[in-house]
Amino acid sequence: MKRLASIAFATAIALFLQGCAGWQSALDPKGPAASELAWLIWFFTGLCAVVWVLVMIALAIPLMMRSRVRAEPLVLDAGADSRKLRVVITAVGLTAVILVGLTLLSFFANRTLAAIGSDAVLTIRVTGHQWWWEVRYEDATPSRILTTANEIHIPAGEPVRLLLTSTDVIHSFWVPSLSGKLDLIPGRMNVLDIKADKPGVYRGQCAEFCGAQHANMGTFIIAEPRAKFDAWWNDQLQPAAEPMSDEAKAGEDLFLKRPCVMCHKIGGTPAGGTVAPDLTHVASRQTLAAGTLRMSRGNLAAWIADPQGVKPGSHMPVVQLNGDELNAIVAYLEGLK
Amino acid sequence: MRPIAAMLLLAILALAACQREERDTRPQSALGSGEQPTPVTTLEPGGQRPSPTDNKAASFEANAFHLSEGKRLFGWFNCSGCHANGGGGMGPALMDEKWIYGSSMESIHATIRDGRPNGMPSFRDKIPDDQIWELAAFVRSLSGNAPSSAAPSRNDDMMAHPSENRMPDAATLGKSP
Repeated sequence: MKRLASIAFATAIALFLQGCAGWQSALDPKGPAASELAWLIWFFTGLCAVVWVLVMIALAIPLMMRSRVRAEPLVLDAGADSRKLRVVITAVGLTAVILVGLTLLSFFANRTLAAIGSDAVLTIRVTGHQWWWEVRYEDATPSRILTTANEIHIPAGEPVRLLLTSTDVIHSFWVPSLSGKLDLIPGRMNVLDIKADKPGVYRGQCAEFCGAQHANMGTFIIAEPRAKFDAWWNDQLQPAAEPMSDEAKAGEDLFLKRPCVMCHKIGGTPAGGTVAPDLTHVASRQTLAAGTLRMSRGNLAAWIADPQGVKPGSHMPVVQLNGDELNAIVAYLEGLK
Repeated sequence: MRPIAAMLLLAILALAACQREERDTRPQSALGSGEQPTPVTTLEPGGQRPSPTDNKAASFEANAFHLSEGKRLFGWFNCSGCHANGGGGMGPALMDEKWIYGSSMESIHATIRDGRPNGMPSFRDKIPDDQIWELAAFVRSLSGNAPSSAAPSRNDDMMAHPSENRMPDAATLGKSP
């Protein structure tokens, strides 16, 4: 019976820890910074667990022992006293050594984290907004500077420097599989260096409460082989695709005539707003509204028809459109690959 | 008996502090409501131009949420491009006591919605109507025409003028007549 219980317990723990794997987990590291941190987490937790068990045993022993009444309470037992003193001094000494040791480990881990970006090949400016991420790829050639939103493509295996800031409130950038979290503070530039060992998609999340839709402020780091990354960058620099059908053409006209144009930018058209996500290649992204909805024609329509229903409090207003107008705009946006 | 009555009174008074401004986070989607034509001249038959009225004006005018949303939109839609933070540039100043088309919420709303001669464009199809009301309420606060308890307070960055809740009434410059 006892055996069965322990097997069930071990299975439960294993299943529970399984939840820690995947595309957003500090315990499933996919980059040097996250590996360093995961190692620290396990080592700290393990050591603290050992200390906790020892302390519990030390507490339990006197509780279990039958108390002996000294024959002469006023007579000092010098031997017993010095033994107790030695135990206490050893425990205090060990505590000091462990604390200093952990501090040093944490210090050297931090040094490793700081060294990752010393030879960064790419600088990306990430600006937090309520509730989405503006992503700007810096380049010495002005025509190669690229602005996109919510999805950060990086070359796999190469260190990348992120410059983090915000325009409204404090946000925090956290992609647990790749790195620790760092705040985005209005009026201040924070630097975070990341590196993904292997190609893959890693989910990130705003980690500082920033308002009603804090929970729906996700981001994705998409690590790709260098050649694929360069091709992606070149594609994103192109102006928006011309509308292919009559419906999409009507959608483009409507987009430019209606409130959409006040906030959004579509490269190659007169739409040049910079206060909302750049839509030049919106359909090439995997999600809508900072990871809230998967990219699909239906979700695009749902988001435009009622953004306040999908993400209450977001700054995208409900715009009056009839069914045909909505379909036309969706047909146009769907073609912006 | 008396202390109990006093406690009860205090509790009731404390409850009154729970009264909170209504925040309308689902504004109406309509574009350009209130089909009142904007007059393009000051000439009116009979000499007296009827002033437009809309019951929306009152609900937006002293609402802190709408005023701050108006301030955000004022920046986002680049009103400063012509009105320069309310000080005026290519467009007229908004923080003084001079109103070419009247100082009421309704006429400011009409100005933004339909445009005015000599440069003010029409935003009828570009801005949802409720956002135009928010902008109109904020524009009034620039000249000290909004209650200081509701008007936006200081910015996080450098400011071109005192915060809206500290702006003196432009007509009296804060002096009583």
